[in-house]
Formats: sequence, C-alpha cells, structure tokens
Amino acid sequence: MAEISLVDTRNALDPASPLAVRGLTVSYGEKPALFSLDATFPAGAMSAIVGPNGAGKSTFLKAALGLIPRVSGEVQVFGRDVDRVRDRIAYVPQRASVDWDFPTTAIDVVLMGLYGQIGLWRRISGQYKARARACLDRVGMGEFADRQIGQLSGGQQQRVFLARALAQEADLFLLDEPFAGVDAATERAIIDVLKSLQADGRSIVAVHHDLSTVPDYFDHVMLVNLRRIAEGPVRQVFTAAALSETYGGRLGATQIDTLTLQGA
Amino acid sequence: MGAEFVQFSLTPILIGIFAAIACALPGNFLILRRQALIGDAISHVVLPGIVVAFLVTGTTATGPMLLGAAGAALVAVVLIETVRRLGKIEPGAAMGVVFTALFAGGVLLLEQSDTSSVHLDVEHALMGNLEQLIWLRADGWGSLVDPVALAALPPELPRMAIVAVIIMVLTVLFWRPLKLTSFDEGFARAIGLPVNVIALGLVATAAAAAVAAFDAVGSIIVIAMFICPPAAARLMTNRLSMQVAWSIAFAVLSAVLGYVLAGYGPIWLGAAGSVSAAGMVAAISGVILLLACLFGPARGRVGVAAGGEAP
Ligand SMILES: Nc1ncnc2c1ncn2[C@@H]1O[C@H](COP(=O)(O)OP(=O)(O)OP(=O)(O)O)[C@@H](O)[C@H]1O
Ligand SMILES: [Mg+2]
Repeated sequence: MAEISLVDTRNALDPASPLAVRGLTVSYGEKPALFSLDATFPAGAMSAIVGPNGAGKSTFLKAALGLIPRVSGEVQVFGRDVDRVRDRIAYVPQRASVDWDFPTTAIDVVLMGLYGQIGLWRRISGQYKARARACLDRVGMGEFADRQIGQLSGGQQQRVFLARALAQEADLFLLDEPFAGVDAATERAIIDVLKSLQADGRSIVAVHHDLSTVPDYFDHVMLVNLRRIAEGPVRQVFTAAALSETYGGRLGATQIDTLTLQGA
Repeated sequence: MGAEFVQFSLTPILIGIFAAIACALPGNFLILRRQALIGDAISHVVLPGIVVAFLVTGTTATGPMLLGAAGAALVAVVLIETVRRLGKIEPGAAMGVVFTALFAGGVLLLEQSDTSSVHLDVEHALMGNLEQLIWLRADGWGSLVDPVALAALPPELPRMAIVAVIIMVLTVLFWRPLKLTSFDEGFARAIGLPVNVIALGLVATAAAAAVAAFDAVGSIIVIAMFICPPAAARLMTNRLSMQVAWSIAFAVLSAVLGYVLAGYGPIWLGAAGSVSAAGMVAAISGVILLLACLFGPARGRVGVAAGGEAP
C-alpha cells in the first residue's frame, strides 16, 4: 500500500502503449486544432482515427511525431520520448507533400525507408535492394520499380509510400488515410498487409474516413473532432451517439444506424 | 598547345572549371528545393558581406572575404525567417525583400567607402577577371612540376580548387541526408534528421562556393552555374546521382567551351580581339540548358511520352 502511494498513477502514461498522449493541445494560429486530447492506443492492435474533415486527425499524427510543435500535453511512444524511438516508427503522411518531379524512382523511394538501417554512409548492398523490391511487391507495385514517382497514378504513389513504411520494419505504423484514392482490390491487398503486420505483433494507427469498414478493419477506434469524442474498442465506442456527436449531426440517423449495426 | 597555352589559358580554364563545379553541385539541390534563385540571391548578399569584411580587415584575402560572405548569408537566412514569420508571407517574397535590401546596402557601402582602389568595383563583381588569372612564370607543361613556377600560380587557382574539392567531399558525405531532405522533408523529420541544420548547411555551402567563385570569376558565372547545368542535367535523367554527374559534365563543358570561344571565337569569325570569358561561359551554359529543354530525354511533363519509363 505504502509503495503504491509513491507512484502518482494519474501522471503515468501507459508505458506498454505504442502511442499514448495526454492533454495534447495543438494550434496553428489562435484557434486550437486539437484541444486537450487524451488517447492510449493498445499494443498489437489496428486502431482507427475517425472524424470529419478538419477535425485534427492529421494534426494529431504530426504532433505525436513531433513534426509540429504542441502547445501543451505529453506524448509517449512505447513509454518513451518520441525522439528516442524514431527508428521504431513508420509514418505515411496523407498525400505525401513531396516533390513529384524529383529525380527518383519508386524503388529509390522505398530504399529511403531503409536508410535508418543502412546508415547514412554505408553502401546499399544487394540485400537491401532485394528487400526494397519485396516491399514493393507486397503492395503490388513490383512492376513499377523503375518508374519516376511523378509518373505514377495517385493510388500507385500512395502504395509506394506504404512500401517505404513497410521497409522501415517499424513496430508502430502511423498511416494518414492509407486507403485514400486506392481501388477496392488494392484496399483489400493493403488491409491484408496491415493484418499480417499486426499478426507479427506490430501496432497500426490509421486515419480512416470510410465509416462502413471501421468495424471490419479495426479493433480500436478514436473519434475526434477538435476534442476526443470517444476512444476504445470498436464494439464499445463506435456507437450512433458518439458518431453523431463527432460529425455534429451531419450524418443522417439512418446512415449511422446501418453503420453501427453492420459492425455488431 | 605549348608554352603559350599553359601561360595564358590553362589557369583561367582550370579556375573556371573549379568555380563551375563548386557552384553547380549545391545548385542541384537548390533547384530541386525550388530555391534556385537563392544562388542569385546569395551572390547579391555576398557583396555587402565582402565589403564589410574588407572595411573591417582592410584586405581582400580569402579568409576574411569568406567569413564576411558566410556571415552575410547567415544574417540573410535569419532575416528571411523573421520576415516570413512576422509578415506571414511566402519564402520567395521574404527572400526577395531581404536580398534586395542587403544588396542595396552593399552598393551604398561600396560607394560611401573608398574601395575604388581595390578590385571591388561593380564591373569586377559582375564579370570577374578570368582572363587576367594567367600564369606568367610558366614556360611550358614542365612548369607543372617546377616548384618555383608553381609558387607563382594565381592564388585563385588553389583557392578555387580547394573549395571545389571540399564541396565535392561534402556532397558525397551528406548525400543521403541532402537527398532525403530535398525530396521529402516530412519523412526526414520523422526519422529524426536535423532538417533545418541540413538546409542551413546547404545554403552556407552555396554561399562559400559563391564567394570563392565570385572573387575569381564574377557573379555572372556564379548565377549561371547555380542554375543552368543542374537544370539541364535534370532534363537528362530521372536519377539524382546521374543528374549530379550530368551537371558536373555540363559545368565543365561550359567553362572550357566558354573560355575557348571567348578567346578564339571572334578571331575565327574574322573579328579582332575577344569577348568576356565570364559572359561566354554563362552564355554556353544557357545554350546547353536550351538544348536540354529541346532534346533532353527526361523532359517528362512537357510534351511527348514521358522519358522516365523503365529503361
Ligand atoms: N499548416 C496549417 N496551418 C494552419 N491551419 C492548419 C494547418 N494544417 C491544418 N490546419 C487546420 O487545422 C485543422 C485540423 O487540420 P487537419 O489537417 O489535422 O484535419 P484532418 O482531420 O486531418 O482533416 P482531413 O480529413 O481533411 O484530412 C483544420 O481546421 C485546418 O484548417
Ligand atoms: Mg488529414
């Protein structure tokens, strides 16, 4: 009893969680984009972040990674400061803000995901090239390996960046809308890849817009709109009430009913 | 090609080559970052830096000049960030404001202070004095191994050579960070690369190249070499390493061809005298860029079937 009182449990983020935040507030100007957000994503799970456009989903991922400054709050990745575990995280931004005219090929982009392991100066051996190619194959992009990335379609580009994330062999995958603009067959293929990552014990946190597939694809969900509306296992928190609160009544009641019933 | 060539053409050509390479290398990354004009801007900001360094130290030695220019570049970068944040305007506009103001300040300083006796005049700044960087002590190829003759080399040659070699080494050493931060800054940040330090390092390197070259060959070559060879090289390939290799080839070609044409071209055409080597080098690089625009295999977005299909 006496020992327990030494630890202030209110102040300890769950060290087992691949991503835990508390009181996270982020602002681009005067108005906050995220306000006092708490979240604890479970290890080894597929977690979704759901909310309307402008809810702060991308902001959440960027702030968690320390890519944008936070006004206040705490972020822990695997119980540690994010700067100390960067090699365990792979991040795929929403519609990568890269230069599409850059002189680089699909395979080259995937190899960038291996820089962390190769180091900044060591030669890229054939073994790494084979791994990069295998990652491209996993997302069905093997035949486009030598294409300049600007000459791929939007969905193909998205898959190349997913392949780069796979190459990183991370323990935590942060994916900002991995299914945006990909066709149904590819979406299925990507989900299979993600599920196999999960089977390997990796954790996935993905921003997801298609409410109808949330119960199918994910175990855990965070509903967000500036604040956290709800967070927990999909079965428990993916409810009509929470959804209508998240979308501010912009979803029809029947729409929500079908969504939540499907998942049950 | 005998003694006369070694005496009057070898050193200017070599200096031109080193200057072209030193500028073209960072230029590759600057154009990919849509910062091509920063080369132009740096060669403007270099002016006040050099003038201040001269006023403070009273010499035109490279050390103080480099420090002055690098200092000015740093001041400029800080000012740009400040203007951009406070004014909430785009980087290009902030750059324009800061560099124009600094350049104007440099010109004012030049006029106010009595630097006319030194070779800091504006025409020199523009055109350099490539033709005058000759090696009078040389009397043939044998001079290349003659310590007495070597000691009388124009100091611009070893200076420019050292800067070019340092820049080549830096480019190789920081290849992956440069490539990564130029292509995908967000990803570079996410894997923990010090993106801002690398960006600053690139600008500082470009500034060092600019000031060393500016002193030897004038700012026309500096501006042209930052942009033309890399831009032409981009149209030749869809691989960064090949682009950089092409840019070096184009830079060397411009330097050699430009110097030779400036010296002998008018004579071949039957006219007397010669034209400015700096101007000709820049013009040749422009012609190469034009040809690359018309025939480069990786013109991608302009016109016919994209050139980047798998080979
Ligand atoms: N760089 C920025 N500067 C200023 N405001 C921004 C910036 N990025 C995002 N915002 C604002 O912050 C809020 C949250 O943006 P965010 O990109 O996180 O939304 P999101 O939930 O990812 O939306 P979407 O579903 O459209 O991707 C929005 O109101 C947006 O306008
Ligand atoms: Mg978003």
